[in-house]
Amino acid sequence: MFAYIVRRILATIPVMGVVALFVFSLLYFSPGDPAAIIAGDMSTADDVARIRRSLGLDLPYHVRFGTWVWAILQGDLGTSIFSNLPVATLIGQRLEATISLSIVTLVFAVSVAIPMGVLAAWKAGGWIDRIVMLFAVLGFSVPVFVIGYVLIFTFAIELDWLPVQGFTSIREGFWPFLRNMILPTLALGTIYIALIARMTRAAMLDVMAQDYIRTANAKGLRTDRVLLGHALRNAAVPIVTVVGIGVALLIGGVVVTESVFAIPGLGRMTVDAILRRDYPVIQGVILMFSFVYVIINLLVDLSYTLFDPRIRY
Amino acid sequence: MTLTLVAPATSAQTTGKRRPWWKRHLSIVIGGLLLALMVAIAVAAPLLGTVDPAALSPIRRLRMPSEQYWFGTDALGRDVYSRVVYGARASLFVGFAVALLAVLAGLLFGLLAGFNRWIDAILMRIMDGLMSIPSVLLAIALMALTRASLENVIAAIAIAEIPRVTRLVRSVVLSLREQPFVEAAIAVGTSTPLILWRHILPNTIAPLIVQATYIAASAIITEAILSFIGAGLPPSIPTWGNIIAEGRAIFQVRPHLILIPAGFLSITVLAINLLGDGMRDALDPRLARQL
Repeated sequence: MFAYIVRRILATIPVMGVVALFVFSLLYFSPGDPAAIIAGDMSTADDVARIRRSLGLDLPYHVRFGTWVWAILQGDLGTSIFSNLPVATLIGQRLEATISLSIVTLVFAVSVAIPMGVLAAWKAGGWIDRIVMLFAVLGFSVPVFVIGYVLIFTFAIELDWLPVQGFTSIREGFWPFLRNMILPTLALGTIYIALIARMTRAAMLDVMAQDYIRTANAKGLRTDRVLLGHALRNAAVPIVTVVGIGVALLIGGVVVTESVFAIPGLGRMTVDAILRRDYPVIQGVILMFSFVYVIINLLVDLSYTLFDPRIRY
Repeated sequence: MTLTLVAPATSAQTTGKRRPWWKRHLSIVIGGLLLALMVAIAVAAPLLGTVDPAALSPIRRLRMPSEQYWFGTDALGRDVYSRVVYGARASLFVGFAVALLAVLAGLLFGLLAGFNRWIDAILMRIMDGLMSIPSVLLAIALMALTRASLENVIAAIAIAEIPRVTRLVRSVVLSLREQPFVEAAIAVGTSTPLILWRHILPNTIAPLIVQATYIAASAIITEAILSFIGAGLPPSIPTWGNIIAEGRAIFQVRPHLILIPAGFLSITVLAINLLGDGMRDALDPRLARQL
């Protein structure tokens, strides 16, 4: 088991290496010369060349990549071209809103989607199943910002129940926090719910065709015990896997959701950085999101033994 | 179609056979018809009573929908109906081009990885790395590098989709390689290119067609997202994403400027997804029962 964990953690190193190489190349090949920007309009070619040398920009690709990776390992993600602040600091400032939105959405989506999938599998072919499957197809088809605007139009403008946009920290009270969180969570969570519900249903149907389910039913075990105790437990591994993979949808969706609902998080920061072509910030955010995604899927892999004792490493 | 707790598979098979084709594959019919309608709108855009979608008219700004302006006019006085109709062209073209590009590239990489251990080791590490960057972010990153143009948007979205196709093709190749008919072909000394062409390639077509529809659907959404956050097609090209992005500032007073293009966008993606689901069910009865 321990050997497996170590091997699995080591296996993420080449993956992160490819991500780092890609993200570094993004900055390396980005248009515009940072030295010329720093030197300013009144500088001579000599000034620019001197700044290039002092920043190490004249060094070959692999040397610069090495220095860059070394800096990142020490927590230095570079400096924003626009605000001149360290990227790590900027990310730190925006972390709270994004983490709040992601965790609320994750918890909401999982707790809605799994019961939906279980119900659909239990009543497979019935009207509950049809509604769940229809929702799943719609959830995959309606883009997150469309859901966002429809929700704003209905619940914030027409009905005036909830705020149009904005973010309130949880430190200012739970209810103000939640009021601002409801619509973004619904918008961001829809595709995630569709994905998890669909996978739950499929995994449940697979398990429910097994002999031990027939045995459990035949010996008169209560339906809820069969569904939750036997079927769902055995369907847990594919469900947990898709929850992990789906985090990619969540991360992509956060960028858009924060723009629609004016939430001051990392997604909003990414969009601003793109419009200003602030490459170090874009780079830092992508690196961080990818790292989080890799770590989450690593944890998912390692959690398999918790859900299925038959899996032993 | 009644499925019981005990045997969900068998009853679906027995009742499914007797119904007419179009009823069994209702989602192909509905998805196909909706998609055909959207393609027709895109192709026939100039014939549908549209005006120049880029024509500015400052004195006719922000008109409500009327007989003359079916969907009203936007903040620059442009006819929203014409813009939405022409927007179908960009979305469908991006969806189709990305699907084609990603499938061809993924097919090539997948076949290479499936038949050469060295290429497999290197290529799949690169694909793993690319797949660990959420695809929307990858496309955003690539667009930040280049200028806004149709080709760049297509390339950026396609690159983000290639790893998934590569994995799919590779897994098909690896499972086929264990099949007796491929082993037999290897045993009688058939050359590798011929095995790939005659035995492997035909078996990748069905899953690839299904995958291509899903890629097209997600590419259309990604294009709209890119345009929406200002990293997509240039504002001069009317796309649903661009129209929605332009409507943001005045959403509270003119919500239809966002809701109408959003509706077209969602219906198009829904049509392609229905088509994909239906084709998956038709091409792979084993999977059909699961999802």
